Amino acid sequence: MKEIENISRRKFVKTLGKYSTVLILAVHLPSKVVFSKNKNTPDVFNPNLFVFLYPDGNCELVVTRSEMGQGVRTSLSSIIADEMDADWSYVKVIQAEGNPKYGNQNTDGSRSVRTLFMPLREIGASVREMLIEAAAIKWGIPVSSCIAEKHYVYQKGTSEKIFYGDLVEPASKITPPKKIRLKKPKDFNYIGKALKSVDVKEITNGTATFGLDIRLPGMQYAVIARPPVTYGSVIRYDKQESEKVKGVSDIFEIPRIKGPFGPLGGIAVVADTTWTAMEAIKKLKTDWKAGPNGTYDTDKFMETLTKRVLNSAKVVKQVGNTKQAFQGATKIIKSTFRLPHLAHVSMETPNTVAIVTKDTCTIWSPTQAPQRVRKDAAKYLGIPENNVTVHVTLLGGGFGRKSQVDFALEAVIISKKTGKPVQVVWTRENDIRHDYYHTISAQHLEASIDEKGNTTGWLHRLAFPSISSIFRPGTEYAAPWELASGATNLPFNIPNIQVENAKAEAFVRIGWLRSVCNIFQGFAINVFADELSYAAKYDPLEYRLKLIGPDRKINFGNQSFNLNTSRLKNVLKIAAKNIEWGRSLPKGYGMGLAVHYSFLSYVAAVVLVKVEQNKITVEEISMAVDCGQTINTDTIKAQMEGSAIFGMSLAFYGKISVKNGVVQQNNFNNFLLTRMPQSPKVNVQIVENHEAPTGIGEPGVPVIAPAIVNAIYAVTGKRYRSLPLSDHQLTF
Amino acid sequence: MISFYLNGKSQSISADPKMPILWILRDVLNFTGTKYGCGAGLCGACTVLLDGNPIRSCITPISFAEGKQITTVEGLEKENSDLLDNWQKENVPQCGFCQSGQLVTAAAFLQNNTNPGDDEIEIAMSGNICRCGTYSRIKKAIKETIKGRG
Ligand code: FES
Ligand code: FES
Repeated sequence: MKEIENISRRKFVKTLGKYSTVLILAVHLPSKVVFSKNKNTPDVFNPNLFVFLYPDGNCELVVTRSEMGQGVRTSLSSIIADEMDADWSYVKVIQAEGNPKYGNQNTDGSRSVRTLFMPLREIGASVREMLIEAAAIKWGIPVSSCIAEKHYVYQKGTSEKIFYGDLVEPASKITPPKKIRLKKPKDFNYIGKALKSVDVKEITNGTATFGLDIRLPGMQYAVIARPPVTYGSVIRYDKQESEKVKGVSDIFEIPRIKGPFGPLGGIAVVADTTWTAMEAIKKLKTDWKAGPNGTYDTDKFMETLTKRVLNSAKVVKQVGNTKQAFQGATKIIKSTFRLPHLAHVSMETPNTVAIVTKDTCTIWSPTQAPQRVRKDAAKYLGIPENNVTVHVTLLGGGFGRKSQVDFALEAVIISKKTGKPVQVVWTRENDIRHDYYHTISAQHLEASIDEKGNTTGWLHRLAFPSISSIFRPGTEYAAPWELASGATNLPFNIPNIQVENAKAEAFVRIGWLRSVCNIFQGFAINVFADELSYAAKYDPLEYRLKLIGPDRKINFGNQSFNLNTSRLKNVLKIAAKNIEWGRSLPKGYGMGLAVHYSFLSYVAAVVLVKVEQNKITVEEISMAVDCGQTINTDTIKAQMEGSAIFGMSLAFYGKISVKNGVVQQNNFNNFLLTRMPQSPKVNVQIVENHEAPTGIGEPGVPVIAPAIVNAIYAVTGKRYRSLPLSDHQLTF
Repeated sequence: MISFYLNGKSQSISADPKMPILWILRDVLNFTGTKYGCGAGLCGACTVLLDGNPIRSCITPISFAEGKQITTVEGLEKENSDLLDNWQKENVPQCGFCQSGQLVTAAAFLQNNTNPGDDEIEIAMSGNICRCGTYSRIKKAIKETIKGRG
């Protein structure tokens, strides 16, 4: 029946780096702990931290990463279930508390599957081996005569079988195997198939529990008025009127805690309902000190950034000699791109419940970083980390915002003060005004084209406040990883490339937002490459394939993975073919393309737009994605569909502007998002292969905005190099 | 005292009559299926039915509910199990936070429209934001439900 690969565990760990050319991180699971027996009793087989098997066959699988819509609870549990040959209908997912024993739990960087795929397979396979061994002993036959399938162990070649549930007791006496046989991809039952979300039922009947849905006896609600200017402070406040509101129990100032994830401080109002607290806070009279960020003006800052990228700056990458290439060029093309700050606005605003007692703390938080919550809470309270329990709820969207733990600490601070359970609720206004914003950027690109239409030189100069600024205030230059979001890992076959980084100070908190620096680098590169095709008098698709050049694997220095140009070209060709690139279109219609490599995945989009005067309609988006071995194909499709909408929102409307240090947007009436009438048909094709699995949550985003801009150009000949498009008097 | 029916059961509570229905549901009665998204009638996350009509519960005071029927997502199953089934079949939700508002809006729309076109569906649903971008699947689940109801 099934062929099974034979890999010893030690060898497996050793060869992990080699196992796939793309897998860059070593195992995050502390194997010794993972495989130490937990509490095996006749009632449960619990061979490791992740698997609990009960006599009735029910199987609980622990997921250590946070679910925010990216399908991680389903994908990670299905990996274990597949290797252990479990029947999916018996599987129940348990959300892990924040605890270092689970290895890294930060849910970010589109890397949960990428980093956990092999370790979780190993865990699932070891459980399967133990169940098989238990059955073999029961039957008195060699292990090699047994095989596992869908919650049963079979005697090979017969119909004799034992149900997994009946193996709970004997399996508990088996030691975890030294040799683990992993399945061949062709034998996967769940990996690479389309599974429904394990939470779909609870979500549709309203019983799913998000952070905001935690209810505890005696729990109070708190809303906080934070300084309007980042890192501003309270001068004085008058709480008389607020205190008169019935249901208000406490009003007090909370401190700012310095550090990358520290709360901003402000005035907390604690009441018997969220609404009471919201009403009372409106009656607060507060004098705020603006502090050094009080002069921040994004319009002016954009001018500053633009000037900086028009002059030479710090060289961060140099291949060949760009200057020389420019001197001998037939044509020089120059363009400057400007993209604004963005807010995350996940549907569920930040919130957290905390109960602080004398020496313990229990937290329920929709967090992407539960261990960080635990650590920072322990530090603030001055108690051991072991006394802090962090329950991770479902996240009503995260997109990077919930990697910061400021909102969780606020609940800890308030509960410590009141001695009661409290839920801190951020209003939508709080959320938009006090985000960790996507950075603001100016980029200048220049390229030289020779008489044959070849691009011979490429200069990319970028200025944007770095995320490092939250860790090291005063940081003015970008981190290498930020620049490697398209700029320093440009996959084009151009002999002379120079990348420069101009300085940019941060005046607000800068954070990770879905696909991070790939948003603006993917935009500039894809739009500029489109400009080059017209300058070289080529079809944009043909020219892009030419720019990417021959099949090769590129290593961008100090990285343990390669960018494979054939996979990059492949997704572009597929996306183009599926929407019939090049076909003749009615007047007012046009297509634009973009392709980008991020989070180790390859994604292309071709967009069909209709332009009527100033009205832009995105009619259709064709996407193709190569993320290596697929885990859940339906999730991959959903993430691409969602990325398309996310990308449209930032292309059309996304803009946070700041005047006198104060964010000008505060709700969905001035921070607009794509809605259903604008939502196009999105067709997604997934490239199937058995390369190591790579990211899917983020890499769909960067291609959308540039493809739209390129499509508009194809219709109108107008090139929009700054976003959002609504700033250009366009409607949607 | 304010009296109303919540998913068919009668309720009497004493509360500030100005308090929006949303917070009565969530914080007083612990019916957390209905969500807070903006508090300003802009996103649809808080949509409930008041005597069958979809309303924004975040801006509708509880006094408006006196003597009326409130239906929340928790009460949809009875008359809209096919809609919920199709939602699950299409695996619509991503994070799921907007979905109760989407479902309630869709249920109300389908009550009054037996054979709507795509445009009508889009307009009916345009008040409900989904940050995760599940719109195409929502539309599909609605259309499947229409088909099923024939
Ligand atoms: S919460 Fe009521 S419309 Fe947004
Ligand atoms: S599913 Fe996340 S907001 Fe709609």
